[in-house]
Amino acid sequence: MTDHVISPGAHAKPVVFTQKELAWLPWLEPLPAAELTDRHMAGLVDASRAKSPYFMLLARDPDILGARTRTDKDIFYNVAAGLPRPERELSAAATSRYNGCIYCASVHARFASHFSKRTQDVQHLLDDGVGVDIGERWNAIVAAAVALSATPITFGTEHVDRLRAAGLDDLSIVDAINSTAFFNWANRLMLSLGEPDAPG
Amino acid sequence: MSVADVIDHLVGLEPGGHLDMIRRARAVARDNTQASYAALFAPDTEADMTKAERHALASFVAGVHRDPSVASFYASSAPGLADTLALEIERATSAGPYGGFPAGPLSVEDTHGPTYKVGDPQRPILGPRLSAAFEHAHMLVFHPRDSSPAWLQSLLDAGWSTTGIVTLSQLVAFLSFQVRVVHGLRVMQGVSA
Repeated sequence: MTDHVISPGAHAKPVVFTQKELAWLPWLEPLPAAELTDRHMAGLVDASRAKSPYFMLLARDPDILGARTRTDKDIFYNVAAGLPRPERELSAAATSRYNGCIYCASVHARFASHFSKRTQDVQHLLDDGVGVDIGERWNAIVAAAVALSATPITFGTEHVDRLRAAGLDDLSIVDAINSTAFFNWANRLMLSLGEPDAPG
Repeated sequence: MSVADVIDHLVGLEPGGHLDMIRRARAVARDNTQASYAALFAPDTEADMTKAERHALASFVAGVHRDPSVASFYASSAPGLADTLALEIERATSAGPYGGFPAGPLSVEDTHGPTYKVGDPQRPILGPRLSAAFEHAHMLVFHPRDSSPAWLQSLLDAGWSTTGIVTLSQLVAFLSFQVRVVHGLRVMQGVSA
């Protein structure tokens, strides 16, 4: 019987946004490793993801997981021109901060800090939220992420103008749009299928 | 509806134009965004979620985002439920994201909004599975940080399997992505002209 909700029980739940490494506990049964087929492995894309309860839960529908993972990797890891990697991570972190995904924000804030070396500015975003002042270029990227993440969406020409004034070319702006849009996908899965855990 | 690339279609992107070339600079993302659409709406199996359920849920989710072209694209795939969908989209439309944070320092940022329930007259038309899916989808779209295991229990109680919940969650979350890419590209197209 796999169709039941899992209650994680007592554990250390993070109650603030953090750049520390968190774990993620599923609320539904991930696919058991013994049931992994070639099709599931293809959906996971990287074999190492079979260790992740999040990806093993999503592997129950391997076709959409595989297409989603390939979309994710190109948006964030294809650094041929366009928006520098740290600012794609900033878009992801700001989106996660705004939507309220503590787990997603922890991962992408950490990446934003790692690639930009601006750990304090990233922490300021996590601590004080998306209205923070961390310099005009980053402010413009955060504001665009917020406007595009609101429902109904409020992103408009004024956001594009501000991003251009901050030095982003059109490919960079599309990278920012893709990064934020993708985290509106990721946040909703991470938030609704399990919860973060702060080990140790 | 069968189109070569749904996002190009919804944006009205001109082949070979400035924005088309930009999209093609991220060709793997472009192709796999379309492959994601295909995986959700032309699935190999309907065992855990039928195509009719996928189209009805997509039409609801697109509708509550209030993007007319995306909404009409998905509405055209669920014509049998048009009146019920229109009613429920109207009832469900809200503004997000709102919701609560884990009790603690972030509680000062808690914001409250409606929890949507399908209207009683529409519930028998939609049936228990779609009714539960619409209620869950509204939470995912507008107040995802209110998620809890109880929301998933409601889906299980309505007859959804674990795999079906994964698929319906992917579908709602994918649409949250797609509608934003379409919106963003459309704004870019407006300023590039």
